[in-house]
Amino acid sequence: MTLPVQGSLGTWETRAIVITMMPILIGLSILQMGSGYILETLEETYLGNPTLLVMVPVMIDMGGNLGCIMSSRLSTRLHLGLLTFKLRDENLQTNVGAILALALTIFTGLGIAAWAIGEFVISAPLPLVDLLAISLISGMILAVLAIVISIGATWLSYKWGLDPDDTTIPVVTNVCDILGVIILSIVAIIIL
Amino acid sequence: MTVRTGIRRIYSESILILFVSLGGGIFAGSVLGTEGMVDAFERIPGLLLLLPAFLATRGNVYGSLGARLASGLHQGLIEAELSWDRRLINAITASFINGIYISVFIGLLSWAISSVLRPEADPSLVTLVGIMLLAGLLTSVVMIIGLVILVFAGYRYGLDPDNLVGPIVTTLGDIFGVVFLFVSIMVVGAIV
Repeated sequence: MTLPVQGSLGTWETRAIVITMMPILIGLSILQMGSGYILETLEETYLGNPTLLVMVPVMIDMGGNLGCIMSSRLSTRLHLGLLTFKLRDENLQTNVGAILALALTIFTGLGIAAWAIGEFVISAPLPLVDLLAISLISGMILAVLAIVISIGATWLSYKWGLDPDDTTIPVVTNVCDILGVIILSIVAIIIL
Repeated sequence: MTVRTGIRRIYSESILILFVSLGGGIFAGSVLGTEGMVDAFERIPGLLLLLPAFLATRGNVYGSLGARLASGLHQGLIEAELSWDRRLINAITASFINGIYISVFIGLLSWAISSVLRPEADPSLVTLVGIMLLAGLLTSVVMIIGLVILVFAGYRYGLDPDNLVGPIVTTLGDIFGVVFLFVSIMVVGAIV
């Protein structure tokens, strides 16, 4: 690594920023077409029950959010040299417990909110029980996958000697974003 | 520290931000579930396919601008005021370019995939790229202005910009992304 020369724009050059981000943005857009393809395949289910569409942005965001919280906590422990990958590690148990508790709260809230919007705003009602079941089952599966992927990715970056801040967090966030729509769709067709 | 108190601490640190993100996501979802939007998904082949990519790339484009502004403020490379600063202008220009070309690319990609998979639906290149170009333009202007003002104001107020960027990007992105997608569909639909 070279030290930035005083007064030089370095990584603040427009061209440099655009070129660095291009492969990430292009790759991510192509991957996201996978989620889009699933939405399109299940077009009848989604457009027939617009209340399901209400859940889509939250499912896209929340997988990434949970994965991001989990993997940044793990990567900080890794930087401090305190991380172990044993099941009896109390810190690991704490992180896993916290993510599951957060997911339980958020996806209960999502189920209730989606029901209320379907009932009162867009007049496409679905039963509260169905929406809670879809939101909680897909949300908890997503949370468990976010945890497993975060641990796996942190372990790999530890093995390969990569800085998890640069590698794990963006990868985990984007993979979890994509999984959200896929899991929601599978759970929704099973329940409805 | 016991596992239980640790879980409680992480939970209370993260739950507020996740609820803000949940609120933004539910708002966006409600717009997607409106009759006008469902109708557009039925009428315009390829639109549902590009939805996840359009929603997810904004996080990467403007999240990266936000992270750059936060690091720049911490390093003293930029100042928290709206001035004709070379670095600030470069960073803003770069994320504007990123936001526009990736939106056009997503429109193009969705047209190409739809043409191969569902040629009978006869997807329109002009419509898909037009909607993405307009939505990308409107979203970037609002996101960049909003992000710069909020990050600078927060920093002057004594808040750590690193903690602000994530929630600001998800919330603004969800709200304006879908609203401008809706506006663009209406505008392009009226022209084409």
